[in-house]
Amino acid sequence: METFLGIDYPTLWFLVVGLLFSGYAILEGFDYGAGAWHLFFRKDLSRRIAINAIGPLWDANQVWLIIGAGALFAGFPVMYATMLSSMYVPFMLFLMFLVLRSSAIKFRSAEEMKWWRKTWDIVYFISNVSISFLLGVVLANILQGIEIGENHSYKGGLFFSFLSPYAVMVGLTTLALFMTQGAIFLLLKTEGRLHARLTFLLKKGMIFFIVSFSVMTLYTLIFVQGVTEKFKEHPEYFALPILAFLAIANVPRLVSKKKYGNALIFSSLTMAFLLMLVAFQLYPVLLPSTINPDYSVTIYNAASSQKSLGIMLTIVVIGSPLLAGYFLFLYKTFHGKVKLDDTSY
Amino acid sequence: MDVEILARIQFAFTIAFHYIYPPLSIGLGLIMVFMEGMYLKTGNKQYEILTRFWLKIFAITFGIGVATGIIMEFEFGTNWSVYSRYVGDIFGSALAAEGLFAFGLESAFLGILLFGWNRVSPKVHFISTIGVFLGSMFSAVWIVVANSWQQTPAGYHIVGEGFNARAEVTDFWAMVFNPSSVDRIIHVWQGAFLAGAFLVLSVHAYYLLKGRYIEISKKAFKIALALATIVSLTQLLSGHRSAEVVAEHQPAKLAAMEGHYEESGSADLYLFGWVNDKTQEVTGLKIPGGLSFMIDQDFEAPVTGLNAFQKEDRPGQVNAVFQFYHIMISIGMLLIALTLYASYLWWKGGLFEKKWLLKIFAFSVLLPQIANQVGWFTAEMGRQPWIVYGHLRTDEGFSQEVSSNQILFSLILFLVVYTILFLLFIYSVNKKIKHGPYDEAKNPDEFLKYV
Ligand code: HDD
Ligand code: HEM
Ligand code: HEM
Repeated sequence: METFLGIDYPTLWFLVVGLLFSGYAILEGFDYGAGAWHLFFRKDLSRRIAINAIGPLWDANQVWLIIGAGALFAGFPVMYATMLSSMYVPFMLFLMFLVLRSSAIKFRSAEEMKWWRKTWDIVYFISNVSISFLLGVVLANILQGIEIGENHSYKGGLFFSFLSPYAVMVGLTTLALFMTQGAIFLLLKTEGRLHARLTFLLKKGMIFFIVSFSVMTLYTLIFVQGVTEKFKEHPEYFALPILAFLAIANVPRLVSKKKYGNALIFSSLTMAFLLMLVAFQLYPVLLPSTINPDYSVTIYNAASSQKSLGIMLTIVVIGSPLLAGYFLFLYKTFHGKVKLDDTSY
Repeated sequence: MDVEILARIQFAFTIAFHYIYPPLSIGLGLIMVFMEGMYLKTGNKQYEILTRFWLKIFAITFGIGVATGIIMEFEFGTNWSVYSRYVGDIFGSALAAEGLFAFGLESAFLGILLFGWNRVSPKVHFISTIGVFLGSMFSAVWIVVANSWQQTPAGYHIVGEGFNARAEVTDFWAMVFNPSSVDRIIHVWQGAFLAGAFLVLSVHAYYLLKGRYIEISKKAFKIALALATIVSLTQLLSGHRSAEVVAEHQPAKLAAMEGHYEESGSADLYLFGWVNDKTQEVTGLKIPGGLSFMIDQDFEAPVTGLNAFQKEDRPGQVNAVFQFYHIMISIGMLLIALTLYASYLWWKGGLFEKKWLLKIFAFSVLLPQIANQVGWFTAEMGRQPWIVYGHLRTDEGFSQEVSSNQILFSLILFLVVYTILFLLFIYSVNKKIKHGPYDEAKNPDEFLKYV
């Protein structure tokens, strides 16, 4: 098998996909999180400001999902096909909420009528909450494994079999983490009364996160098989959840010092550590089979050919600096507090 | 209904809906590049007003294009899992390139384009406009390359057997430049330019008829007319090239496009007609030997007909392919006639005096839209029964593990959400048009100064 710096191509591509989805979680995390607070803001103006805080950025942030999914398709077509066709209903709902969410952003402020804005506000709120929750559910099912039989054919149920207690807990934790991230981002972008309200809301968000995270961790350690085994083999992985915890513990201090940018970095770090944990948990498996480990989808039986992976790694090497350049320029342009003007949503 | 049919209906519906918007975004993108370029060059505020106005409509088409495009990407995995495993190695690199090079460029600059007027200099804003436009052009390239590969595969070999069979890249550039990709990209780009140009023509014709925004409307109309005239003509050429490629690589599709059944004999070219698949006869107005002439410059030359293929190896819906194809060509001809006549009047003076002509233009926005849709339906239905031409059949490509109830559920969901989306689209574009580029209550000159 071909290697680069001693690492084989499928592993390299696993890292690429992992990085892309981490980028997605961190960047869209604050977009979805900001939206999941939407109904907690009372005034129409506050809601408008909150939407315009992510206004110029969310479309670009969403590209991380598109590229991440494309990279998964490209590098591990078997994983892409198996995961999406097995979890058909959760993904269809996820997609539908994505459409509703972008419609709400586009159309909410197009009319003055109260009922119009209220309807879109509710649609927007529900979409953001559901998207965050569903992402957690999907993640949990990937970690736990699903009923994959021979030839990668799925044997399990349609929807409710994906909603095990564990999946619900991971879903809620994801939501909580996104909401924390979203509140910090909005603190960075707003001023005045909305800002004051957010400082208050962030505290609730942090409590929500810490509670759900602790419950989930305990539950995982006690009830979820496989997880503990991996920890027994590699006790050094314990560093990751601890680092995640330390990073998030830093946030209240930074917020009280009004260092919102740094706070955002630390809550992003939490997310990054948790996703690394997921990657360590899985590697080299991508989607475990609960029927027979031999049926699991792994980075080796799911990968594209060496040649194709080589081509795509070249594309990534050329493309990522460009992408990084665009993003730096975009974020630099919209640095600072939100100011509404006639081009705003 | 069975899973295959439902999956096909869902894919056709969602992609056809998606494809309402990309052509508008690409076409308007190009026109905005012209308008903003003129503004930077001449400093004339009227061009800035035009750019800002069209940008508002662009924002809507682009937004819906993105939202519905994400669904398309996932649908390969959810509904066509066997196909995705089969082509992943090939499509993969095209999709990865599309994401990084095209979508990244597009959406990062979109933010600056839409919200950056007061934050960046006019030059940087113009560069963002170009960035978004180029991004949308590139994204058309990669997705059409992927589709062209599935029509005329090249640069690959098949490994594995049965369930594990799949295509793997052997030659990346041969895959990218497969026999049909270049011609089809050009054809698709131009179809998109026409869609954008006719939207602009239609809206400004409407203003001219109503006597509103006369001065800027004339300017915009001329920009769009120049583009539309050139592209209508070149579209005929590129369509002709596409047909030649189809003749060479997908003979069954070509035979279906003209309803030509005879195994090998001189083939006619129909202006319009109706195919009876049972009697294998076409009734309509034809140029005898016309198709033979188009392909071989010889009215007698034999052309492979449908009967040269087994029943299970040729398109089932011959009449549909025939009709879609002929609608596209008729519209193409109509666009040529319309734009040439209008350009002639422009050259002679008096373009804006003919009310009836402006009325036609006001409705003409639908023509390229329809042509784009039926063009794809021709290409895709003519490809049947293959999902990857000559290798994988459509009835082998869908997700075996998904039940028909699941697809029915998602299909209904799509129908409901997309209907709402479409109504919102029409409503808000209509509102923006009615509202106009600037506030007429104010003296236009005053307004221009204010902007
Ligand atoms: C002719 C060009 C064309 C064709 C045939 C398609 N698309 Fe498309 N697509 C575009 C041209 C385009 C576009 C112009 O780039 C977008 C961006 C804005 C718009 O309105 O359309 C778009 C948006 C768009 C997006 C969102 C990208 C973003 O955030 O910028 C995705 C993920 C896709 N598409 C995916 C697909 C898939 C999987 C297709 C086929 C099955 C497909 N598109 C057909
Ligand atoms: C954007 C314009 C497009 C339109 C309007 C379009 C239209 C259609 C239609 C009508 C069908 C159903 C054919 C049938 O069942 O008889 C279809 C199927 C399909 N098309 Fe396209 N298509 C487009 C672009 C693409 C692209 C860019 C790709 C791939 C890169 C693609 C891949 C497929 C696949 C995988 C199917 C499903 C299998 C099948 O029924 O053939 N299409 N499309
Ligand atoms: C004027 C005469 C025209 C001719 C001779 C022509 C010819 C063709 C042919 C042969 C195909 C099938 C290509 C394939 O299956 O690979 C095609 C597809 C298509 N046509 Fe046309 N066309 C014409 C006009 C137009 C116009 C005016 C538009 C749009 C405004 C248009 C849009 C399309 C699209 C979107 C497709 C599908 C993409 C593709 O397969 O290239 N065409 N055309």
